Amino acid sequence: MTDQSALPNSLSNSLPNSLRSQPDERGHFGQFGGRYVAETLMPLILELEKEYRAAKEDPEFKREFEALLKHYVGRPSPMYFAERLTEHLRADLPEGKGPKIYFKREELNHTGAHKINNCIGQILLAKRMGKTRIIAETGAGQHGVATATVAARFGLPCVIFMGAKDVERQKPNVFRMKLLGAEVRPVTAGAETLKDAMNEALRDWVANVHDTFYIIGTAAGPHPYPELVRDFQSVIGTESREQIMEAEGRLPDLLVASVGGGSNAIGLFHPFLDDADVAMIGTEAAGLGMDTKKHAASLAGGSPGVLHGNKTYLLQDEDGQITEAHSISAGLDYPGIGPEHSWLHESGRVSYVPITDAEALEAFQLCCKTEGIIPALESAHALAVLPKIAGNYDSDKIVIVNVSGRGDKDIFTVAEALGEEM
Amino acid sequence: MTRFDTAFAKGPALVCFITAGDGDTAANLDALVEGGADVIELGMPFTDPMADGPAIQEANLRALGKGTKTADVLQIAADFRARHPEVPLVLMGYANPMVHRGAEWFAAEAAKAGVDGVICVDLAPEEDADLGPMLRAEGVSMIRLATPTTDARRLPAVLDHAGGFLYYVSVAGITGKQQAALDTIEEAVSRLKQSTDLPVAVGFGVRTPEQAEAIARVADGVVVGSALVEIVGKHGDKAAEPLRELTSALAKAVHNARKVAA
Repeated sequence: MTDQSALPNSLSNSLPNSLRSQPDERGHFGQFGGRYVAETLMPLILELEKEYRAAKEDPEFKREFEALLKHYVGRPSPMYFAERLTEHLRADLPEGKGPKIYFKREELNHTGAHKINNCIGQILLAKRMGKTRIIAETGAGQHGVATATVAARFGLPCVIFMGAKDVERQKPNVFRMKLLGAEVRPVTAGAETLKDAMNEALRDWVANVHDTFYIIGTAAGPHPYPELVRDFQSVIGTESREQIMEAEGRLPDLLVASVGGGSNAIGLFHPFLDDADVAMIGTEAAGLGMDTKKHAASLAGGSPGVLHGNKTYLLQDEDGQITEAHSISAGLDYPGIGPEHSWLHESGRVSYVPITDAEALEAFQLCCKTEGIIPALESAHALAVLPKIAGNYDSDKIVIVNVSGRGDKDIFTVAEALGEEM
Repeated sequence: MTRFDTAFAKGPALVCFITAGDGDTAANLDALVEGGADVIELGMPFTDPMADGPAIQEANLRALGKGTKTADVLQIAADFRARHPEVPLVLMGYANPMVHRGAEWFAAEAAKAGVDGVICVDLAPEEDADLGPMLRAEGVSMIRLATPTTDARRLPAVLDHAGGFLYYVSVAGITGKQQAALDTIEEAVSRLKQSTDLPVAVGFGVRTPEQAEAIARVADGVVVGSALVEIVGKHGDKAAEPLRELTSALAKAVHNARKVAA
């Protein structure tokens, strides 16, 4: 290990032949990723990596994972041609402009979002490692619900850490988790949101490392989490590839997904990274706007740093103190981003676009009215890029948007933002 | 002889931690030295201290709330060095504030301020390249942590490039919580000492002179943090006197431990 870490950056960062071969054996995506954790956790992190390598080679693990995705989650999720939204976008464009819009419908999964894909994979790893207690952090509560769901399904006790402020603004999900048998622990430290919930989950993990498995909800954290979460979520892109080939007989021209930590986006993008003709856009939460401090766009408004086990783009001040994120979407309200996205951003393979609260709200309503689908506010950030780019694409072009979750959980937030009494 | 060598050569050493920018830090540091602290750990406040319990978390927030900057921490260190030329000084904190302006910058500033060693809680030995070589180039030790989960297979990675002293975290957990049983500490320390010539200091959950004395019988040093930080939390800018009292009781216990045992 130490011999390798002594290598000059120019050697360890040499460009790979495939964009899909990251991370390196030390968990680095270029300069990003890595393992920045307290020593108490290191042996477990190393064991997890070893166990994950073994699981990947084990046909029984693969069989169990796929069977649960099919019969429990309800996969494959549909690839749906959003005809009315396509027409709506074309209405304001010159003849022959405006691509065909497809939705990858992750919101139809059990528990209503893509989060469950990863939770199934991680709980199978926990079981393999003989761990008997599950912990997780959650912001909006979607990952908390998905974790509580798999913990119930496998009969393991489960503690969910959630910022006290989020507990207050996401009451339906808090009750869902309780129904599923999880203990929800409100975190009163810091700003009482997702970042603080993650700190507290890490503190619990350090103290209970002997029996506890930490199911991290996004493609971030210490290696091997960014890699294994991506792999479990890659089912989104793998299915999309097959489905669009079946529907259109060719690969799409553009993929769009929202990025908080970035697990739904990396899950869609990764299987296409080596297809040079497939463009990709990740949308970051620009909150009240990039000209304010009230946003959660780590790439557009942050710089590289170290937090929560990995090196990645972070919102921080000139001293490296982490600053508070803001987004109308609790799921995007985090001052960091998964390390692979930082790498894809710097390499230019994926474009990242900031989307404001107002733009997301507009797209949210448009999707409801044109398609009869209430998207999660996170997914609305992806949809919101469509009016901006539709004019650049001819009408025979194909765009896939990841509708990563359903928006039932967000109706109170949206009502408040629109000034509706409920 | 480094300052660490001198401090640990006298017998079991008392290592005292407080957070920079919390309360009247200069007066508090003087109180620790006057009370008999042999090594000072100065905490660099961070917004997200994920290995710390409530006492040190709150100290971090108090310090940051008062507007404590990295430049202030370095100034506190430099002033301490000017007042106390012989006492080893360690900066303890998290990676991001240390590497944000560039590790070379931080290492050079730390050296200039007279810092002897750095503990970077979330910089695993696997990521040493981010900070370790820059510190060593400036003659600042990278002090490593060993924990109850650091087994024989893992220990060589921890000890590789380790300097100053080895900090044994006696409980798998966060700062300020319960203390480990003494026999497990003794066993762990003797195991560590078979693999390194560095002094081994034991911390996490040490609050009273009695605990400190018991550990000093089996280890080269005893680290006390949360109990001191709580005093600063309680007494605000007037913490020096109560800090001196507790430190003095701890120092007496630590320094007399071997004599009592003999």
